[in-house]
Amino acid sequence: MAPAVVQMRTPAETALIERFEAEKGVLPGAAAERAAAFERFKARGLPSKRVEAYHYTDLRTLMRQAPGTAGAALPLPEAPAGVTVHSLAEALAGGFRPGTAMGQAEDVVVDLNTALMREGMVIRVAAGTVLADPLVLDVVQNAASRHDRVIVEIGAGAEVTLVERHSGPDGTAYQSNHVVELILGAGAKVEHVRVNAAGNEALVLSTLAASLAEEAELMSLNFSVGGAVARHQSFITYAGENAKLDLRGATMIRGRQHCDNTLVVDHAVPHGTSRELFRTVADDEAHGIFQGKIIVRPHAQKTDGQMASNALLLGDEAAMSNKPELEIFADDVVCAHGATCGALEESQLFYLMARGLPRPEAEALLVEAFLGEVLEAVSDDTLRDELAGRISTWLAARQAA
Amino acid sequence: MLEIKNLHVEIDGKKILNGLTLTINPGEVAAIMGPNGSGKSTLSYVIAGKEDYEVTEGDILLNGESILEMEANERAAAGLFLAFQYPLEIPGVATMTFLKAAMNAQAKARGEAELSPGDFMRKVRAAADRLGINPDMLKRPLNVGFSGGEKKRMEILQMTLLDPAYCILDETDSGLDIDALRIVAEGVNALRGAGRGMLVITHYQRLLDHIVPDKVHVMAKGRIVKSGGPELALELEKDGYANYVEAA
Repeated sequence: MAPAVVQMRTPAETALIERFEAEKGVLPGAAAERAAAFERFKARGLPSKRVEAYHYTDLRTLMRQAPGTAGAALPLPEAPAGVTVHSLAEALAGGFRPGTAMGQAEDVVVDLNTALMREGMVIRVAAGTVLADPLVLDVVQNAASRHDRVIVEIGAGAEVTLVERHSGPDGTAYQSNHVVELILGAGAKVEHVRVNAAGNEALVLSTLAASLAEEAELMSLNFSVGGAVARHQSFITYAGENAKLDLRGATMIRGRQHCDNTLVVDHAVPHGTSRELFRTVADDEAHGIFQGKIIVRPHAQKTDGQMASNALLLGDEAAMSNKPELEIFADDVVCAHGATCGALEESQLFYLMARGLPRPEAEALLVEAFLGEVLEAVSDDTLRDELAGRISTWLAARQAA
Repeated sequence: MLEIKNLHVEIDGKKILNGLTLTINPGEVAAIMGPNGSGKSTLSYVIAGKEDYEVTEGDILLNGESILEMEANERAAAGLFLAFQYPLEIPGVATMTFLKAAMNAQAKARGEAELSPGDFMRKVRAAADRLGINPDMLKRPLNVGFSGGEKKRMEILQMTLLDPAYCILDETDSGLDIDALRIVAEGVNALRGAGRGMLVITHYQRLLDHIVPDKVHVMAKGRIVKSGGPELALELEKDGYANYVEAA
């Protein structure tokens, strides 16, 4: 009999285990869910590159320590008519069960969040409510470690734009593990924009879990410029027929930044439509990652899935890892994926320069055009302008560097 | 004055231009005619500053100053304009955005003030109108999905707006039907005079029926083998290039 391989616990794993044991008595509510999630974490540890979903983002190596301080309260947004907001603690104490948007997905980062979540909120949007202005969450990192959970239930036919902005100080190796659950009722329409503008040494882990009832429509954009290491994962489950998903990513990284977009789209029912469009611009020695998995379950006929990941490598040492995966068990579906990776077109640059644009401006124009397509799905003009402005700022900083 | 002196150019070790000498005076329209592979497009790219080419000998002077060390955008700001044989498609960049960026970049390089948005719009609309360019086209991404004729008209629109001192037109007639050719030629002719020099590179005589040159130069094997007046173009149309290629 081969001896069992016993992996040594890393200092971060040990710290997380000690932390849970010390805090579990005071963490608000959901004791059973917390304990179960924690046991899964304890059994598996932090995922190394041998775990397929973490092949390019080896958390066992990247998360060298686990700072123990909990963050201060996450400010709750004001609730317009038709919307109620409760703090996570309040909701969990009242018996609210987290995790319903996860579907069949399992993930150790989410488990850690479930075990340790402290701050956050439960937002309920009443059926039929149409919000004119976006619901905005400004999450400013104010501690070395945060485990926040935000759950939004969108009632049937409601229409909402949800914006999260994540920021924090440069020069601090803080960590965040942020989970958003979106539960869309029948015919609900949601636009979700997440802005990662974290500090330059941060380890940013974020998860979007969404379940789509029949005829629900979700557009979710991960706009990522911040953090030393950032991983954004999306777990989308089709709970009802004729739902539509538009999942997008705009990533700008330089220096030695690492940004991972990983998604699992689970067509569990027929007649679902999914579109994924991810664009990455990597300069210097930055590393972009895209892992996209589309699952079509055996009876999920007439599924229509199209996935694209395109990367622009501006630096000679920049890299992109693309891993699209289709797992199709139904026979009447349309699914496709495409991945591209390359430098700026010299012939296009020459054309622009021949009209008088200096090279940096010509490059900026082409990069803006490349990323601009991703922003087209954002229907709020002010928000789209803000994102375009962030692209310009990134390009200006790149030129100045 | 645009002077090309004894220009030798290679790409990937292959010689394309072999001691080409040519002068274009202010206000003069010169035509270069030559068979395929004689180096005509290379000449236009080298003047405009494309990086793939290596100039091994000779010089290009604009008003007495060498431009060989200048980047393509610096040459543009100094007054050179290349109308491309195959204008590039730039997805995601609205034509208007591009025109504004180009005009402002050149104004900035020359130390001039940028155009106000109102003046810019008026200038563009007037020039587009003269060239029969539909204003809707200006909202579309630059050259994306444009027909051959639309692309060439867009080149002339840019030429009009950027107001260069010397224009190089590389096979501007290629891909144009006779109506499009007439519109493009009218656009070019409207820019003649005022001390502006032009170098019209073409394969066929027919463009020169519409843009009548002051001088015609025949190019073969990377250099000018004969120069003359407009009548030289007619001669070529009748007898072909064979005699010149053999002599070269």
